[in-house]
Amino acid sequence: MEKVIQGKAYVLGKNIDTDQIIPAEHLVYSLSNPEEVKLYGKYALSGVPPEQGGLPAGNIPFVQEGSFASEYTIIIAGPNFGCGSSREHAPFALKVAGIKAIIAESYARIFYRNSVDGGFVIPYETSEQLNQLINTGDDLKIDVEANTIENLTRKVTYTLNPLGDVFKIVEAGGIFAYARQENLMAQS
Amino acid sequence: MAQTITQKILSKAANRKFVDAGESVWLNVDILLTHDVCGPPTFDIFKEEFGSDAKVWDPKKIVVLPDHYIFTANEHAHRNIDLLRQFAKEQGLEHYYDVGSDRYKGVCHVALAEEGFNLPGTVLFGTDSHTCTSGAFGMFGTGIGNTDAAFILGTGKLWEKVPESMKFTFNGLMPEYLTAKDLILQILGDITTDGATYRAMEFDGEAIFSLPMEERMTLTNMAIEAGGMNGIIAADNVTERYVRARSSKPYELFRSDPDAKYHSTYSYDVSKLEPVVAQPHSPDNRATVRSVQGTKITKSYIGSCTGGKLTDFVMAARILKGQKVSVTTNIVPATVKVALDLEHELYDGQTLKQIFEDAGCSIALPSCAACLGGPADTVGRSVDNDVVVSTTNRNFPGRMGSKHAGVYLASPLTAAASAITGKLTDPRDFL
Repeated sequence: MEKVIQGKAYVLGKNIDTDQIIPAEHLVYSLSNPEEVKLYGKYALSGVPPEQGGLPAGNIPFVQEGSFASEYTIIIAGPNFGCGSSREHAPFALKVAGIKAIIAESYARIFYRNSVDGGFVIPYETSEQLNQLINTGDDLKIDVEANTIENLTRKVTYTLNPLGDVFKIVEAGGIFAYARQENLMAQS
Repeated sequence: MAQTITQKILSKAANRKFVDAGESVWLNVDILLTHDVCGPPTFDIFKEEFGSDAKVWDPKKIVVLPDHYIFTANEHAHRNIDLLRQFAKEQGLEHYYDVGSDRYKGVCHVALAEEGFNLPGTVLFGTDSHTCTSGAFGMFGTGIGNTDAAFILGTGKLWEKVPESMKFTFNGLMPEYLTAKDLILQILGDITTDGATYRAMEFDGEAIFSLPMEERMTLTNMAIEAGGMNGIIAADNVTERYVRARSSKPYELFRSDPDAKYHSTYSYDVSKLEPVVAQPHSPDNRATVRSVQGTKITKSYIGSCTGGKLTDFVMAARILKGQKVSVTTNIVPATVKVALDLEHELYDGQTLKQIFEDAGCSIALPSCAACLGGPADTVGRSVDNDVVVSTTNRNFPGRMGSKHAGVYLASPLTAAASAITGKLTDPRDFL
């Protein structure tokens, strides 16, 4: 896994549900055919009402018209990120769009599991309301070993909550890699 | 050590005497459920990780119920059904319910109950967040993603963190204007959409045990709307009668110990509760129907795993008999069985189907349909600035189609009363 994740912030509000992350009409595309996979990048976060995308200003598109990837690398959001449907297409779409980590106040359980077990994005939590302190477009740098995030634009560093038990799965790159490493894959 | 019903079921599945809230345990899975949206990518991951010739851990324990995008011209959606069919054939899955055949059932959570897959004391994982519905049968049911489901396909096991439990007790006799939907929307308003994240929601009290199975399923169905891992109601003789009529498989009854530890407890007197809605754009944005009475609507939608069961339609028929709707009203039976029941079940001497047709409703074919928007040609999909009163489960922006639409989640009684007037209407006006 990467020890440092650096890139631009895309800031969102609270309760970003999986229908906003990838609207249900797009769930029909293949997750393995490369041509169709690109569409998940194109439509990632396309369900967020425009004024609520790219805070605090709003009306900042996550993916530019005609593009299949986002210029942003890290999502900053409020509580209950990824609530709603169980679709693993949601963290997958964010990964395809170029997101490497999300920093939210909290996550819905299924989205959290999917992000970790599928090895798509790292779901960090903070107790601070970072979506009030960071602007869309700020340059951020996450130090994975030190558990910190530095806002390079504003020269402030924040501490992230430790990943705890799931760190090993994140480090391995997903539940299958982890299970092989720990010899848990034998059939019962 | 005292345990909640959820702990007891998970202890059994982990081959342990006791599991503590907060510890992660490996569980043996009794049933894995999947459908047309998440099945194909799950099967892809399974083949990639276990090999293209790998066999699933137990073909009898996998239930595949296509239900999401069924009646659409969308070619990608058709391809997903083909992929399910192909995998079911390769793996010899006897519990595959093919689209276009007389085996087709409809919405998976309701079909699981109808087909006798819900057995008290068992552990169900499903690639759908509303898998928690099955908790109404005194069992553990929860939603997972494709990767976790692929892991189960190969091993029959999955890790889970044992949840803390929250207990919701409903005392008193249910008034005729109140439904399970009102109870769960009441709770959501109190604890919000992340109030039960990673926890079990246990429902108890005489009002709960007076409810038929389908109403209990409405309660546990929306546990996920509070972030709950599972919703659960201990099995009683109502449960056993329902199960025994549909399955001869063994099951085990569990109850919470009287001194089991809870994260929190809530108590309600149902005689003091009123019909409520969840206003746009969140299931916890509760208001009494009376307080928003008169809000103009453009559509009424009665359907889904939450509000498309036979009991939901009986409630709607109580209001709609002899009336005319003034806005587009979609009746979407959850399953083929429910659709057939509409033709036979009588209310006040008329079939439900006749009552709905006379009232001017349009009856659709059974599937998830517009609960989650779906492809552009989906029946009942919201457009532009629609204002919908709906018996479904979520009203985040864009959920039923249009990002600009507003959805009021409501009981079938409220959705039916509002369909008649074209405005949000308290069902007591028609009862």
